[in-house]
Amino acid sequence: MDISTIFFTIVSVVAVVSALLVVTCKNPINSALSLILTFFCLATFYAMLEAPFMAAIQVIVYAGAIMVLIVFTIMLLNIRADANKKSFHNVPLGIVVGIITLLTAGSFLARGKVSDLPGQITPNIIHQVGHTELIGAVMFTEFILPFEITSILLLAAIVGAVILAKRNLS
Amino acid sequence: MDNLSNYLILSAVLFSIGTIGVLVRRNIIVMFMCIELMLNAVNLTFVALSRHLGNLDGQVFVFFIMTVAAAEAAVGLAMFIAFFNNRESIDADDASLMKW
Repeated sequence: MDISTIFFTIVSVVAVVSALLVVTCKNPINSALSLILTFFCLATFYAMLEAPFMAAIQVIVYAGAIMVLIVFTIMLLNIRADANKKSFHNVPLGIVVGIITLLTAGSFLARGKVSDLPGQITPNIIHQVGHTELIGAVMFTEFILPFEITSILLLAAIVGAVILAKRNLS
Repeated sequence: MDNLSNYLILSAVLFSIGTIGVLVRRNIIVMFMCIELMLNAVNLTFVALSRHLGNLDGQVFVFFIMTVAAAEAAVGLAMFIAFFNNRESIDADDASLMKW
């Protein structure tokens, strides 16, 4: 076993355990902190997959911005962990559906075959040109229309959030 | 190739955990976090396949998914605050007006 396999195993075990903690922790704050750990593990995987820009925005956007927003909301709502209140429902059915999802994905993986066509972006080119520059070149030429549409989406999200969070709509 | 299937299996496991979380939890904020977990599992698939195929289109998709997730977080959390103001609770079982 080489070092990258060992490292992959360790990080994936941490990712799965912290994902399970997100589901099982009763206190939402503990769930949020476990989710941040999962996001850091995913950022590690992106770095291992020669995608440093993706790793950086995973940490900045997900583990930073989105999780701060979630933790802030949990604190703002000030939910007391009520001991005599159930925090789970439909547990057997949920686990059955989750296992069916896993088996479906597993059967796709077992029967399908990923094409081995070699692309143009090899690790060599990523190291020479730089990952951010390559992503930017693709995004601002081939994907310029989706990029512009994204700005309209963000504007709609800002307006929607402000209107929804107002206390009385009048 | 073997490395790729490891990533895809891990992504499937994370996605299933997220699915179970959405179905099992009653707290809507935790349900929301489980949806984020599912989105991240899909992102991992995109990046792993993008690396395997030597094509950056998958990573641009991940960028757009992150943008949508950020917009979703803003609107979703505003909705939770509105819900909490109306019902004094963030339990998904209290939002049962349209339940059959």
